[in-house]
Amino acid sequence: MLGVVIRRLIVAVPLMGVISFIVFMLSSLAGGSVGQAILGPTASAASVAALNAKLGADRPVLVQYVDWLRHAITGDLGLSVVSGVPVADTIASRIPVTMSLAVGALLLVIILGVTSGAIAAIRGGVTGRLAEVLAVLGRGLPSFWLALIAVLVFGVNLAWLPVSGYVPFADSPSGWIQSLILPVVVLGVSEIALVAVVTRAEMLSAMRSDYVRSLRANGYPWKRIVFKHVAKNAAGPVLTMVSLVFVSLIGGTILMEQIFGMPGLGTLMVSATTKHDLQVIQGLAVFYTAMVVVVFLLTDIASGYLNAKARAR
Amino acid sequence: MSAVIEGAATQEQSRRAAERGAGFLPRLVRQPIAVACSLILLVVVLACVFAEWVSPYGPLDQDLQNTAAGPSASHLLGTDQLGRDILSRLLHGGQVTLLGIVQAVVVCAVIGLFLGLTAGTLGGWVETVAMRLCDLLLAVPGLVMLLVILGIYGNNEAAAMITLGVIMAPTLARVVYSATIAVREELYVASARVAGLTSFQIMRRHILSGVTGPALTQISIVAAVACIAEAGIGYLGLGVAPPAPSWGNLVTDAQNMMPISAWMLVPTGGIIAVVTLSLTLLGNGIRDAYMGRSSGSSKAFSWRALAVTVSQAASPAGGGAAPLGQESILSVKGMTIRLPRGSSEVTVVDDVNFDVAPGEAVAIVGESGCGKSMTISGVLRVLPMGAHVAAASIAFKGAELTSLSEHEMNAYRGTGIGFISQEPISSLNPAFTVGHQLEEAVRLHRGVGKGEARQIARELMVRVRLPEPDAVAKKYPHELSGGMAQRIAIARALAGEPELLIADEPTTALDVSVQCEILDLLRDLREQTGMALILVTHDWGVVAEACDRALVMYAGQVVESADVRSIIAHPAHPYTRALLQSSSVGIAPRQLLPVIAGTVPVPGSWPHGCRFASRCELAEDACRTGPIPMVTLDEGSAARCIRTDVDELVRT
Repeated sequence: MLGVVIRRLIVAVPLMGVISFIVFMLSSLAGGSVGQAILGPTASAASVAALNAKLGADRPVLVQYVDWLRHAITGDLGLSVVSGVPVADTIASRIPVTMSLAVGALLLVIILGVTSGAIAAIRGGVTGRLAEVLAVLGRGLPSFWLALIAVLVFGVNLAWLPVSGYVPFADSPSGWIQSLILPVVVLGVSEIALVAVVTRAEMLSAMRSDYVRSLRANGYPWKRIVFKHVAKNAAGPVLTMVSLVFVSLIGGTILMEQIFGMPGLGTLMVSATTKHDLQVIQGLAVFYTAMVVVVFLLTDIASGYLNAKARAR
Repeated sequence: MSAVIEGAATQEQSRRAAERGAGFLPRLVRQPIAVACSLILLVVVLACVFAEWVSPYGPLDQDLQNTAAGPSASHLLGTDQLGRDILSRLLHGGQVTLLGIVQAVVVCAVIGLFLGLTAGTLGGWVETVAMRLCDLLLAVPGLVMLLVILGIYGNNEAAAMITLGVIMAPTLARVVYSATIAVREELYVASARVAGLTSFQIMRRHILSGVTGPALTQISIVAAVACIAEAGIGYLGLGVAPPAPSWGNLVTDAQNMMPISAWMLVPTGGIIAVVTLSLTLLGNGIRDAYMGRSSGSSKAFSWRALAVTVSQAASPAGGGAAPLGQESILSVKGMTIRLPRGSSEVTVVDDVNFDVAPGEAVAIVGESGCGKSMTISGVLRVLPMGAHVAAASIAFKGAELTSLSEHEMNAYRGTGIGFISQEPISSLNPAFTVGHQLEEAVRLHRGVGKGEARQIARELMVRVRLPEPDAVAKKYPHELSGGMAQRIAIARALAGEPELLIADEPTTALDVSVQCEILDLLRDLREQTGMALILVTHDWGVVAEACDRALVMYAGQVVESADVRSIIAHPAHPYTRALLQSSSVGIAPRQLLPVIAGTVPVPGSWPHGCRFASRCELAEDACRTGPIPMVTLDEGSAARCIRTDVDELVRT
């Protein structure tokens, strides 16, 4: 087990280095110095040069990158070019919003996706077909458009739920839940069917297997076969699918936060993109990658627990 | 000479590959959904490309008298907040989106095909490097990277879409890679290489034809994702700057208009949905057409559908509830099994009768496809989906099994009748240790607690002569040899202390020396417990070694039934004789083993008369005119043959 973690980390740590390096290089290639960005296009060349020198932005790119990396390892992601606030602090303050959204949607996807996939595998009939149709729809319908329709129906017309904003859990747990319902549901809904389809397919392939035939022939009750023997074999691939879904949910939070006016990492990303705040963009790129890496790591550990063969490899 | 043969094989295989490619388009055209999606996409693309001529208004033409209007004759899709025609703006805006899709798809296709094909065909370190690169890219969250690029390059959409293409390339590369590997491992590429074609020719002629379908499917998915991503960028205000239209910023306009009129949401989001859905469905259509499936043909498989339909057939004339059945532990009367094939059913086991006495070992012998395994699966009701068992009676210790529900069957399966299957390793669940599986069986069948179950499981492992039972118990099935796994499977079947053990070719998958050990074990266990045994096999050696009586099956029927000693010495049915002659039993060393000419007729094409007639050297016209009944011979043996009288003549 420890071996799996270490092997994953050996891939993961360089990956984050590579991502940050690519982003760093791209921003230097894009032209326009940090000083220019801060002082604006009307600033004199001399004052830009002076500021660049002060910030160390006149050094070679590689030197700057190594410098940035040295600080990043200690958790210092530099200062926002636009606001002057430490990037790490800004990110940290916004994590709860984005994580509430992403984890909430993930739970929704797991609970509904796995349940409906299992029902389709056990009972057959329309459920399986429906999941396949919904999977196509989920992939095909743009989530930001669905979000607007949800806002229109449930927020404006029915006035059941708030249409924008985020209430921290500490302020009001019920307000927190209400502010999350619409964005979480819209974010998750398109992925539910995908998980359902994979769950169904994996359970069916386990049900067709020789060992299930042997268990049936030896008189095991169906619930034990399905919910223990089939379930454990199907769980690994479903988990892998869920981890991929989480990556796509993290991307989806950007749009949801924008639509529902939530002060999370996504809105930070969009505003940094609009303002060309390179330090923030860089910090976010690394942070997002780190999140994905952590999720993959957890998935690997869980898969190893579920699948003896994967563990041996 | 061999090169010529190889060349011929290659031509044959090329032709098959070409057929697969050629059959692809017609199959695609036969799918109404795929055709409809292609047409929709074609219309949208043409309308957008020729927007200057097609659209009724300019994209920026304002009509301030007529703002935020719904659909009308003059504005088919209504107008926006400035009275601009939405249809015209959609068509012009579509140009940006379509361009973005093309950029992403081209980049993705070039990189993905290159990586996948080189990794798949060249192998070695290229394969390793390319696949590692793919792993790396898969961990990059797509939308985040797009925003990074847009942030750095100041709303440069082309840069964003190219980046998207790069990010999506590894998925395509993986698809192409696995398709290439599959083709590479197929015989025809190997033979093409032997025939002296260059590797470029191999790639072009074979691999591309195998890769096209999966690659096109994946590319249509990439196009759908690119469409949504481009619209998303536009929606976030990071793409084309207003007043120029794009599909994304039209949704933003619609959002701003929501308090006044919700209509604008319909056409703006609708066009994105229509295009992405069409691309996704077209991708599904391509996949189905490539795999030779017609859309929606897959039968609904489910756990519930596994339950076998059982019906009690009328007793055969003169049969009735045989008093003989009283002393049998298992008595099967008139069992017929049908399996679904296409839209109809096909009979695979035809009116089978047999009895097993307590403690008796009965072999069911025959070639593959004669219905041996089906027969025992029918008794246990573990048949493929949609199977139908009809029998006058299947009685276990006097209890009628045909009238039991699937749930009620569990009172007999495991405890009354134990089962071991042909593939020992795959008959055990790969996800649990074998010790756990054994303990589970003990707890289930004997209703004992955890500690006691562990103790009994250990005793069972000792009884099946597993060395180091404690160490083996901690292992997973894939860590065991076939022989060890079969011992575990036998131990599991013994957990319920069955009075009848059914073994489906228990030694076929094992080495010869292990086969003997397993047979010895089965015989010894039978002596200890007095349980009866049904052993399915095609090996007369196994029959002679382990069984008292043999049932020979051919084409779904029992053709001969007799005790083992007499059947080996004096086979009555020509098929039994042929089977025995083609095995090594009773044949002098170094003598060539004859094979039976011809093949077993497949279910559904069984002749009306004797089913063995076409392969039988004794066949005469009378054999082919009608069904042959079982003829009772002396000493409780019977054969389905009308020419048993000439046997003695022929044998000498």
